[in-house]
Amino acid sequence: MAETESKALQAKEKAEVTTPAEETRPGVVFTPAVDIFETEKEISVMADMPGVKAGDLNIDLHENVLTLDGEVNSPEEAGEVDVIREYRTGKYRRQFTLSQVIDQSKIDAEMKDGVLRLRLPKVEAATPRKIAVKGS
Amino acid sequence: MLLRRTTDWPTWGWKSPFEEMERMRRQMDWLSGGLSNGLFGQTAAGVFPLMNVTEDKDNYYVRAELPGLKAAELDISVTGDNLSITGERKLPVEDEKAQYHRREREAGRFSRIVSLPAQIDAGRVEARCADGVLTVTLPKAEAAKPKQITVKAS
Repeated sequence: MAETESKALQAKEKAEVTTPAEETRPGVVFTPAVDIFETEKEISVMADMPGVKAGDLNIDLHENVLTLDGEVNSPEEAGEVDVIREYRTGKYRRQFTLSQVIDQSKIDAEMKDGVLRLRLPKVEAATPRKIAVKGS
Repeated sequence: MLLRRTTDWPTWGWKSPFEEMERMRRQMDWLSGGLSNGLFGQTAAGVFPLMNVTEDKDNYYVRAELPGLKAAELDISVTGDNLSITGERKLPVEDEKAQYHRREREAGRFSRIVSLPAQIDAGRVEARCADGVLTVTLPKAEAAKPKQITVKAS
């Protein structure tokens, strides 16, 4: 559906992870905003993870649980002093349980401008075969 | 507990036993709201994008998280001491037959001006956008830089 006029973006604070799992290293962990959509052939996950480079991203699929882990380095240099601080920086993590069976060898991940695009192709369903019945 | 009026005179002082509790409840709400609502009790200016401004001796650094935006899609301008950032985030149109399970990302226009505490040198401002993080480096004007003053021993 095309919109003729785009509305203004609202500011939102980043959602912090509140699971009981503890981190080995100190630091705050955020939940990235994601869009998940499904077509006939694949499931796509788009996640907003600004500050994460392609090399700092870990994607793990284990027993149908998909884990996205993005490391973020603090962008401020050592000599900088805060004047205004409206958002915090920290790692990104999110986990999903996949219900469909995914073809793990064909997973495709692309990280561009802080947005991760993950394509998870579904396993091709067995094509139905017609069985001819021989008359006696 | 009911407070029964024994006369028609208006009661002054302690109007109702719940008034005191009500006042305390409101104060506790305000306090706990300040603790749980994020930094300093509010999302700052509440305007997208949220920015962090830092400084060192020579420059101001303004950073904003703008995932999915490239440098060419941003309109950054400096007027006096104000930095203005304008742009629009568009989400790429997906397949028509796609069914969404989650839809948390938003698209739309944004425009924000941030004022810097001291004068800046508008001609030497640089901006860089990498991995969805915009960093604008604004050099301070010479008059605004701290000057060391030597103390002469008498």
